Amino acid sequence: MYDFQYQRPATILDVQKALASSPEAMLLAGGQTLIPTLKMRLRKPSLLVDLSGLRAFNEIQAIGEKIAIGAMATHAAVAANPNLKKRLPALADLAAGIGDAQVRHRGTIGGSIANADPAADYPAAVVALNADIITDKRTIAADRFFKGLFETALEPGEIITNVHFKKPEVAAYIKFPNPASRFALVGVFVAKFKDGVRVAVTGAAPSVFRVPSWEEALSASFDPYVIDVDTVPTEGLNSDIHASSDYRAHLLGVLARRAVTACR
Amino acid sequence: MNHQPSLTGIGASVRRTEDMRFIRGKGRYTDDIALAGQTYAYVLRSTHAHAAVRSIGTAAAKKAPGVLLVLTSADISTLGGLPCGWLIHNKDGSPMKEPKHPVLAEGKVRHVGDPVAVVVAETYAQARDAAELIDIDYTQIPAVVDMAKALNSPGIHEAAPNNVCFDWQLGDEAATNAAFSKAAHVTKLDLVNNRLAPNAIEPRCCIGDFNSATGEHTIYTSNQNPHVIRLLAGAFVLATPEHKIRVVAPDVGGGFGSKIYLYAEEIIVTVAAQKLGRPVKWNSDRSEAFLSDAQGRDHKTTAELALDKDGKFLGLRVNTLANMGAYLSTFSTAIPTYLHGTLLAGNYTTPAIYVNVKAVFTNTVPVDAYRGAGRPEATFLLERIIDLAAIETKRDPAELRRLNFIKPNQFPYQTPVALTYDTGNYDATLDMALKAADYKNFPARKTEAKKHGKLRGIGIATYIEACGIAPSNIMGALGARAGGYECGTIRVNPTGSVTVLTGSHSHGQGHETTFAQLVSDKLGIPFEQIEIVHGDTAKVPFGMGTYGSRSLAVGGSALVNAADKIIAKGKKIAAHMLEVSDQDLVFENGAFKVAGTDKQKTLGEVAFQAYVPHNFPLETLEPGLDETAYYDPKNFTYPAGCYICEVEIDPQTGVTKIVNFCAADDFGKIINPMIVEGQVQGGLAQGIGQALLEHCIYNEDGQLVTGSYMDYAMPRADDLPMYNVMLTDKPTPCTHNPLGVKGCGEAGAIGSPPAVINAVVNALSEYGITHIDMPATPQAVWRAIQNAKQ
Repeated sequence: MYDFQYQRPATILDVQKALASSPEAMLLAGGQTLIPTLKMRLRKPSLLVDLSGLRAFNEIQAIGEKIAIGAMATHAAVAANPNLKKRLPALADLAAGIGDAQVRHRGTIGGSIANADPAADYPAAVVALNADIITDKRTIAADRFFKGLFETALEPGEIITNVHFKKPEVAAYIKFPNPASRFALVGVFVAKFKDGVRVAVTGAAPSVFRVPSWEEALSASFDPYVIDVDTVPTEGLNSDIHASSDYRAHLLGVLARRAVTACR
Repeated sequence: MNHQPSLTGIGASVRRTEDMRFIRGKGRYTDDIALAGQTYAYVLRSTHAHAAVRSIGTAAAKKAPGVLLVLTSADISTLGGLPCGWLIHNKDGSPMKEPKHPVLAEGKVRHVGDPVAVVVAETYAQARDAAELIDIDYTQIPAVVDMAKALNSPGIHEAAPNNVCFDWQLGDEAATNAAFSKAAHVTKLDLVNNRLAPNAIEPRCCIGDFNSATGEHTIYTSNQNPHVIRLLAGAFVLATPEHKIRVVAPDVGGGFGSKIYLYAEEIIVTVAAQKLGRPVKWNSDRSEAFLSDAQGRDHKTTAELALDKDGKFLGLRVNTLANMGAYLSTFSTAIPTYLHGTLLAGNYTTPAIYVNVKAVFTNTVPVDAYRGAGRPEATFLLERIIDLAAIETKRDPAELRRLNFIKPNQFPYQTPVALTYDTGNYDATLDMALKAADYKNFPARKTEAKKHGKLRGIGIATYIEACGIAPSNIMGALGARAGGYECGTIRVNPTGSVTVLTGSHSHGQGHETTFAQLVSDKLGIPFEQIEIVHGDTAKVPFGMGTYGSRSLAVGGSALVNAADKIIAKGKKIAAHMLEVSDQDLVFENGAFKVAGTDKQKTLGEVAFQAYVPHNFPLETLEPGLDETAYYDPKNFTYPAGCYICEVEIDPQTGVTKIVNFCAADDFGKIINPMIVEGQVQGGLAQGIGQALLEHCIYNEDGQLVTGSYMDYAMPRADDLPMYNVMLTDKPTPCTHNPLGVKGCGEAGAIGSPPAVINAVVNALSEYGITHIDMPATPQAVWRAIQNAKQ
């Protein structure tokens, strides 16, 4: 990697200051994407501002009907949280299935969401569970957060501090892992709320998306067989050596049905 | 040998002594070596698959912080090219095309990763920073990665128009054609043997160190055969005599073939160290390994099998295109020829076989031996076409194989493709595997799986392997530029402990344990008192190293011969000490005994006299107890076995899960069953990886798409089943080496790919699918089903 400066502030104010101090500064959360990118010399930040000094940023707590997860909570912490396992097991399961043990102990929910990797798992949960992304400046609704390939609604310098998940009646996430990387080749998150069902898909396209026709059908009747497997058009879906767009489109339907069956 | 059964001798599952240092992080790999004043080399590699190099601007790099040296081909113009170790002749008798393989690109780059320049600096980071300042003016040339296309493209090398390296044949073409003309049935199959990246856990690393006082080079390198590297580097590239080169291959973390070869980097660090007068280290990272370690397999084959009305094989015709990559790696040319064509009889009595192999240059990383090396390719095509023939002629695949097996009473068996199998019992391993796999009740399991929406399939593969490539004189006649022997020294120290020097090289195989067991057994001395030394040309006599499952069969046999020499000399010393004739002595349990009495001298007592010869027959015998033996095998060894794989496929996703895998192997005599089982398990993991996951894919421009673990699918533990690895209950020990051993290192990787694919095809048979290429990824299986449905 190229040389860079490094700071690990203890307060959000100091993070903001550090970030503003250098035009090429970057935030470092768990570093599971950024560090390999640096090692491959694909990025050249002047300064890394490490968020791990922010103490309260990894807390997981229930706030009324919502569950708030601090941006710096690791996947391992989310996977192992007893409260979460009881109240939102689909999310704990999703976190338990990210990467490998080492990744899960370094990677963070805030980092994953801010990075918006098309094959990441968390975006599916954020969108299906209609989460609110809390930043140091505002609250962003899930449906307005993910904008495209590695692209979010975050302004330059804006820092995710917390993610508020709404508790569904039942939910499940099923992913089909890429045989090489184990990232989601496609992943489908189904969440049933009192007022309807949300279905979010990751891995299949440049960014996470919902499938309104399945949501409508499932809202009317929460039964896997109301899902028409080959609904999602292949156009716009990712296509690579591991899965062409038609295979991805097909997997989506298969996984959506399985997710409905797995809901708890 | 006559002695008490031992917990550490031959046949005992002794825990691997080397593991104590490996699992505690005490291994000493090349990168663990830090020499005083060490500097670091970064190799700047081509980003183009095919381009002319117009100029290389190094001025800025030379001025960069910490930079000590920048090299391009112009700076090393006196060096030879990297040599190829096996000369193949075309079917018209002319020699193969052997274009120069320069250490650094000379005016042209021929694959992505081709080394162009080297920067040596005080730190690795400085070297890498400076390399970014090197300005290379490339003019791109269209790349060719597809072999069929390469045959109709301008030569990548001037010396090889149409990119043909050689056009080789083996077998009787006329007799084979005649067999086909009288066949009741002919089965034809086009198949691909997918290209693999070797992926040893330790990336390659080397250090050059030059002693300006003595003019001696020391090369530390992660390599499988240090003497071969010394010979090739000294004689062919550096023009430096061997006594001025020492090669040390310390602990090496896996090789699978990829660390047999002489690579450019070993030359680079050697030359750079001499120019600088300081040690120079180069260490590959994983990305670099994908672009610079020789890759494996990559055959495109059309096979035809002729059968009579009863199912007996009459003839086999094979036409193969073998990808050499951009240059000839050290043993690349032997792999698709003498390690592939010669194996096409398999376990069967096929009377007429003809094989034609065209080796093709492409703009890809060079291809060479990878665990199995040619034998997996032969086994895959044979076991696939037999299964297809079974489908087409409506025969049970197990019984079709059995019908055509060479039977135990037919050995020694001369095949039509040059080999003479000494011994075997293929029915025994087939029966054992069929029983373990509960083959006869498979239909019930298939029906049960169907109820749950899954497709079950079962696949059989038998294999034969030729290990311990030999004998040297025949190899020479076939074009080998190396021998096939091995050396071993047994040094009984004055106080009775034993130092064993072997030319074999362990890079995961457990020689320190197995060889110690062998010597412990032969000399009747405790296992713990034996030290195995390997991997240093300054310590060990000239040896050939480890590849081709040869170490025990060849290196172990050399140690047996050395031990016999120790015993013979020891007898003479003991006879003097005991004042008897050496004819009256027997050697058992580590002591020379006067038969029928309680008079004896232990090996330790004899050794002490050998080095402190106060009571020693000095008039007739030299002091010392240190014997070296070289062993040149009379023949290959022929391990064989039967693997049965059972899979369950989810037709909705195309996911294949291996639900059972039974391996029944005949490796002859076994020294350490636990290590053998471990070797088979590792081989199975790689074979299953090839069958279901692994694939090096280049795009049309010659860029490696699968250049990292994000896209190159290595098998993980949860991709693999719990294996049922069995050793045959009717072993057939090798008839021509003193241990009766055959070799077990590659078997798993040879027998498993066809077993898996046969199972996958069997599971998909209800769709009328009769073949699927490797790797049978979920997408490939799903697509095969969709295509079959249409």
